[in-house]
Amino acid sequence: MNATKALYQEVILEHNKKPRNYGLLEGANRRSEGVNPLCGDHIQLTIDVQDDAIADIKFEGHSCAICKASASMMTTNVKGKTVKEAETLIQEFRDMTTGKLDPESPESHLGRLKVFAGISGLPSRVKCAVLPWHTLHAAFANQDSVSTEGSSDDLVPGGGE
Amino acid sequence: MTTSTLPASFDVAAIRKDFPILNRQVNGKPLVFLDSAASSQMPQPVIDRLVQYQTTEHANVHRGVHTLSQEATEAYEGVRRKVRELIGAKEDREIIYTRGTTEGINLVVNSYGRAFLGAGDEIILSALEHHANIVPWQMLCQEKGCVIRVIPCDDRGVLDMDSYKELLNERTKFVSVTHVSNALGTINPVAEIIRLAHERGVPVLVDGAQAAPHLRVNVQELDADFYVFSGHKMCGPTGIGILYGKAALLEKMPPWQGGGDMILSVSFEKTTYNALPHKFEAGTPPIAAAIALGAAIDYLQAIGLEQISAYEHELLAYATERVSAMPGVRIIGTAPEKAAVLSFVIDGVHPHDIGTILDQEGIAVRAGHHCAQPVMQRMGVPATARASFAFYNTKTEVDALVDGISTVQEIFG
Repeated sequence: MNATKALYQEVILEHNKKPRNYGLLEGANRRSEGVNPLCGDHIQLTIDVQDDAIADIKFEGHSCAICKASASMMTTNVKGKTVKEAETLIQEFRDMTTGKLDPESPESHLGRLKVFAGISGLPSRVKCAVLPWHTLHAAFANQDSVSTEGSSDDLVPGGGE
Repeated sequence: MTTSTLPASFDVAAIRKDFPILNRQVNGKPLVFLDSAASSQMPQPVIDRLVQYQTTEHANVHRGVHTLSQEATEAYEGVRRKVRELIGAKEDREIIYTRGTTEGINLVVNSYGRAFLGAGDEIILSALEHHANIVPWQMLCQEKGCVIRVIPCDDRGVLDMDSYKELLNERTKFVSVTHVSNALGTINPVAEIIRLAHERGVPVLVDGAQAAPHLRVNVQELDADFYVFSGHKMCGPTGIGILYGKAALLEKMPPWQGGGDMILSVSFEKTTYNALPHKFEAGTPPIAAAIALGAAIDYLQAIGLEQISAYEHELLAYATERVSAMPGVRIIGTAPEKAAVLSFVIDGVHPHDIGTILDQEGIAVRAGHHCAQPVMQRMGVPATARASFAFYNTKTEVDALVDGISTVQEIFG
């Protein structure tokens, strides 16, 4: 149960049950869809970017608890931040979930997001946690959709069928 | 299937001793392997056969005059006979070695399909197909302009045979259906599907990947034109599969892949193709895998496929009873005729979360769309968790699954 407990912590289960910033944002000027075709995770991000900062952000979709909690916590964390600060978080989140960054290190900006550190021990689930962040990155780049498969992104392979 | 009483000789404890992997611990718990529909485990006699071949018998087949090559050829061709007997085919040359079920289907699509199907021709598939029996046909349709028609299924996962009868028409040129659904476990009435197609002279391919390990199959009784299955789902190794085809059909089909072994003579002007079955077996085959498949067939037949079916049916009935009694759990696929597959969903929990938590309990199930996305769409779920049983599983393992599902529900409260 240790890895299960490490992953399915209260905060993750709570965000899964009551996701924050859930829905579609009216008047969004950035949007992107993220899909993991292997497991069917599917989320849509709608964002209002003003003066290079995230004025508002919402997500919607169908996914596992890990993906949904990650999306929920991502929205609460990046709201109000500049795009550049958000991009730093995207990179750090990816690095943490692939075991390249110790979230306890002084350089880390991850804060409460470190509850996802346990996922690095479950390679087949890394994509679930990273999908919302991957989608956020795509939205900033004005990409309409992004997939965990067939991309050149350095996501850990797994979650396969 | 009818409920049958187990023969006294079925000793699952003794059978489990033949499977060394079942002694493994996973995440500190005894392994409960409920993913045999994806790939089954290998018993010691099959492992031993692989090692023995590689240790003392290996050489290329159909090539050398030397002793090793002749022995390897004999063992390799001996398995062809064994497969013929297993599935009740008429002749050894009707048994074509492939890499697996997927390659068998691709062979038929690329050889028969490209030679004999054209624009406007209709191919009937079922709503229960694995992607392997959809995508190759779609690729053919793109090239040739033929059209796919689909036999629908009801909410239980049972094919609608009336719709099938209506789909059959003068444009129907091929029918390709699965014997047993990998995602739901439904056993399809393939004999009846074949009979109706043959009334119109339409050939039928049966995807037997999920049937061959669980049911006694007789291709002549079914009157199947093509029957395909994989070694690794029936206690054999990966990389070996079988395409059965009626000799008359295989004879008129062009070769698919070119290379060594499939030719009689080659010059730069002209090549004369080899006879069946070698016409369809270009290149050095997976010799060790084929020989080990022979050992797997011996192993299964020593237990008896009827006995395996009966035992797995009891396990499935027990698992169905226990899981369906759990509040908040729904079984997906409730056909009256099922093989040992139990697909399910839990209210408020995504199947991937189920799979991860069960894995922490040592229980291996598959979570996802099972390479059958149209089935998932039809059943109105994005994915399921799937427990699949083999004759080496026990009721105690079903109990572990039920406890594991309870743990999932506790965590997700």
